[in-house]
Amino acid sequence: MLTAPKLDYALLAPILIILGAALIGVLIEAFVKQAWRARLQLVIALGAIVISFEQLFRVRNQGSSIAAVTSVAIDGVGIFLQGAILIFAFLGILVIADQDNFAPQASALPGSVEEAAAIQAGKQQTEVFPLTLFAVAGMMLFPVATDFITLFVALEVLSLPLYLMAGLSRRRRLLSQEAALKYFLLGAYSSAFFLFGAALLYGYSGTLSLNGLTDAIRGSGGNDVFLLLGIVFLSVGLLFKVGAVPFHSWTPDVYQGAPTPITGFMAAATKAAAFGATLRIFYLGLDAAQTSWKPFIAVIAVITMLVGSIAAISQRDMKRMLAFSSIAHAGFILTAIVSLNKSALSASLFYLFAYGVATIGAFAIVTLVRDSAGEVSDVNRWIGLGKKSPLVASVFSLFLLSFAGIPLTSGFVGKFSIFSAAYESGNIYLVVAGVLSSAIAVFFYLRVILMLFFADATNDSVSVVIPSVLTRISISISALLTVVLGIAPSLVFNIAQNFAYFLR
Amino acid sequence: MSILTSLQLLPLFGALVIGALPASNAKLVKQVALGFSLLVTLASVVMALSFDRDNSALQFTEVRTWISAFNINYAVGIDGMALVLILMTTILVPIVFLAGWNESENGRWNVKVFYILLLILETMMIGVFAATDVFLFYVIFEAMLLPVYFLIGGYGSGERAAAAMKFLLYSLFGGLLMLAAVIGLYIISTNQGGATFDITRLSELTIDSATQNWLFLGFFIAFAIKAPLWPFHTWLPTAAKSATAGTSTLLLGVLDKVGTYGMIRFCMSFFPDATRTFTPAIITLAVISILYGAFLAIGQKDINSLIAFTSISHFGFITLGIFALTSQSLTGAIFYMVNHGFSTAALFLTAGWMIKRRGSSQIADFGGLQRVAPVLAWSFFLAGMSALALPGLSSFVSEFLVLLGSYAKYPVAAILGTLGIILAALYVLLAVQRAIHGETPASSAGISDLNLREKIAIAPVIAVLVFLGFYPKPALEVINPTTQTIMINAGVSDPVAKVAK
Repeated sequence: MLTAPKLDYALLAPILIILGAALIGVLIEAFVKQAWRARLQLVIALGAIVISFEQLFRVRNQGSSIAAVTSVAIDGVGIFLQGAILIFAFLGILVIADQDNFAPQASALPGSVEEAAAIQAGKQQTEVFPLTLFAVAGMMLFPVATDFITLFVALEVLSLPLYLMAGLSRRRRLLSQEAALKYFLLGAYSSAFFLFGAALLYGYSGTLSLNGLTDAIRGSGGNDVFLLLGIVFLSVGLLFKVGAVPFHSWTPDVYQGAPTPITGFMAAATKAAAFGATLRIFYLGLDAAQTSWKPFIAVIAVITMLVGSIAAISQRDMKRMLAFSSIAHAGFILTAIVSLNKSALSASLFYLFAYGVATIGAFAIVTLVRDSAGEVSDVNRWIGLGKKSPLVASVFSLFLLSFAGIPLTSGFVGKFSIFSAAYESGNIYLVVAGVLSSAIAVFFYLRVILMLFFADATNDSVSVVIPSVLTRISISISALLTVVLGIAPSLVFNIAQNFAYFLR
Repeated sequence: MSILTSLQLLPLFGALVIGALPASNAKLVKQVALGFSLLVTLASVVMALSFDRDNSALQFTEVRTWISAFNINYAVGIDGMALVLILMTTILVPIVFLAGWNESENGRWNVKVFYILLLILETMMIGVFAATDVFLFYVIFEAMLLPVYFLIGGYGSGERAAAAMKFLLYSLFGGLLMLAAVIGLYIISTNQGGATFDITRLSELTIDSATQNWLFLGFFIAFAIKAPLWPFHTWLPTAAKSATAGTSTLLLGVLDKVGTYGMIRFCMSFFPDATRTFTPAIITLAVISILYGAFLAIGQKDINSLIAFTSISHFGFITLGIFALTSQSLTGAIFYMVNHGFSTAALFLTAGWMIKRRGSSQIADFGGLQRVAPVLAWSFFLAGMSALALPGLSSFVSEFLVLLGSYAKYPVAAILGTLGIILAALYVLLAVQRAIHGETPASSAGISDLNLREKIAIAPVIAVLVFLGFYPKPALEVINPTTQTIMINAGVSDPVAKVAK
């Protein structure tokens, strides 16, 4: 007789609420008439996020390593990251709701009569809301999944909607579709690597669960060719998702091509989810084999930091520049995986949160800078923006300063905590590499600030559109959090510290 | 709440008030800013009067938890050294406001922004000297770069954007090295039983000498860029050339002192062994700075660059005095920091007036200034005299102490340093001769003399230079206990003169 698996619904509810809302969103697409959809979708999406967050808050002090048999463990890190992802989703959807950024009808060929008709008719691709929610659900599952099948399913659930949404940009559609295709193909490869790694690890340990893997490593000494190959393939899949060098080449293209609100959301939330899973796999599943993977990840961390910072200097496109900056940040967080101690865990939680908030804000501002043909992401055309719209330029500078890790912004506290954890673990060379690449990175952030404020505009066609109320709320919250977490980081850091634990 | 905290909050509050004023009323903005800066001066004088001179411990201390996860505190407190530097800061700020009454009007942004930035800067300048928590110090050390960056880039002249960028990049690079060292210290303190950023407790750590060397370098390079010491000086002349007179005054007079202050406060007390290891190298750099700055000053055609290079020379003297590590040289160096602040202020402010009136900063464009604008000309002359350390002016006392003190331990360095005095006479007198003596060219004939506001601004600076030149005792009495504490912490004592047998 078959017994139904025991599920802890209270703990799984935050994910299920989001999934449910996504399904309702699909039904709305089918049954509600066009004119109402956008508003209804927005309300449902935001409502679901709020309810899910509330449920998450209610169960924050509970936890279980067998929330769904042996497949899901809801623990501190999981709850923190799920909360962070929900906050990112909330801020992200506020920007996404500005439908001006999306193609009116994705199926119409770029430049075709059909597309022109769709624009004429004022059509909207409101499917982005349920798609976003599906992605959010996948992102919430990814960091709490404890067996390889669940991990893989979560990875796909979070990735597929993103592939689609990357191709939905309203302007420069060919670039956007190219980005989507590239993201899809490379993403599929990386998923295959991940799956192959999982298969090898299954071959090695005879189990799919992370706990089982740990026991197997402890039992056999952790120097088996299947184990090592498995770790390598698994890491490739994960490193692709976090955008680490040399698996980063999709990042600038996708960040540039995707509709900017999607880029912001993706950069923040995917990173949190992917790092959540990576942290769990390395801290929980593979820590017994740390001597075999540490040097490998350490090298990746160092080159990721350096390549991200150096390559960003030569970028002439704001979104590509932010993409390389996100690569450099991925390198900083990777040092936390090498550090493998509790301080590193809480530091990376804080870092992911602070970075994500600032990223959504920064990309939201990129959506505002436009000329008659749409968004302007060419850095040279941002020159003199500080004169035209001092407030927007100042807030954007604030985000850049946070990325650069200047004191009194959240980015500084993140950097400080992550470096001190690396130092504590004895990996001083990581601190040195981090400090060096920060010094390089400072250069391009400051150059943008210099262009915004100290140079005179050469053409007047670029202007800052007045943000919609929703975008304004999103930017304001991001900016506020960035400053507050710089001055009083304890507000979130203490939470990160309390939640920096895994349940086996 | 300690008076130090109120002292920091006062200018910040002023900045908020100015933020609420209408931008159209520039005069009101300036008056309010001046009013607040004078209040700060008053408060700091009150604080100085209640300072216990015989007590070598930190005074007016206050500790509040800031980031509990790392045991980071908002901790302030001052000793004699910090007191004189804070006093110098709070006296210079209103003078800068008064002297550069109109320099905020040709900027990229309005007058309000200028004064808000300056008042925020004042808060940070006080805070950086008052901080007794290394993390707090570091945060202010880095954050105070931003107001200066915007002041140079927004209100300067010439290649201001490039100058601002260069200044910021150099400083941030140094700051990041220091961050690595700060983290290192923190982890060492964690490993030795108590995670802390408290200056006093950090100086009690036992650190092996290899680690000490690396951490020392992290701190020292940051401070050497700030101070600036040869070969880390290249940002200074461009910054001084582009910034307004007032910004330059605060940049060289106060901000750069954070470098030399940090060498004493952090490098020496945290890493006594490393200090001894690196002393010969640093003394060499200091002597090179003295001579290099002086030689290049002789060749400068631009007044502001000239002042910048004289400062590089003077920072060489200060560094020499610090690392010679005798009580005389150290006291001299600390006193020098104060005198250099006032002397640079006098130079930059008078030069700024000259440049504004003539519309050129080239020395060659001036001449015979004493005939048309005697008060301005003689103020510039006096400022120059204090730069060459004329006896009777305060800079003489400090320079003399530095050389006397270092001669006891490093005679060669002291003798080479003395050469710097001769070169100083050369660069100052050449510039003075070209600018204020000789024929008055037609282009300079229309230059007007100082008005009442400018006279009021320059008078206290000259008064301080002369007063401390004849009667340095009040300052030295405050500095002396600090010097003793530092010497004890660093584990050195004065060399005893060899007695002939």
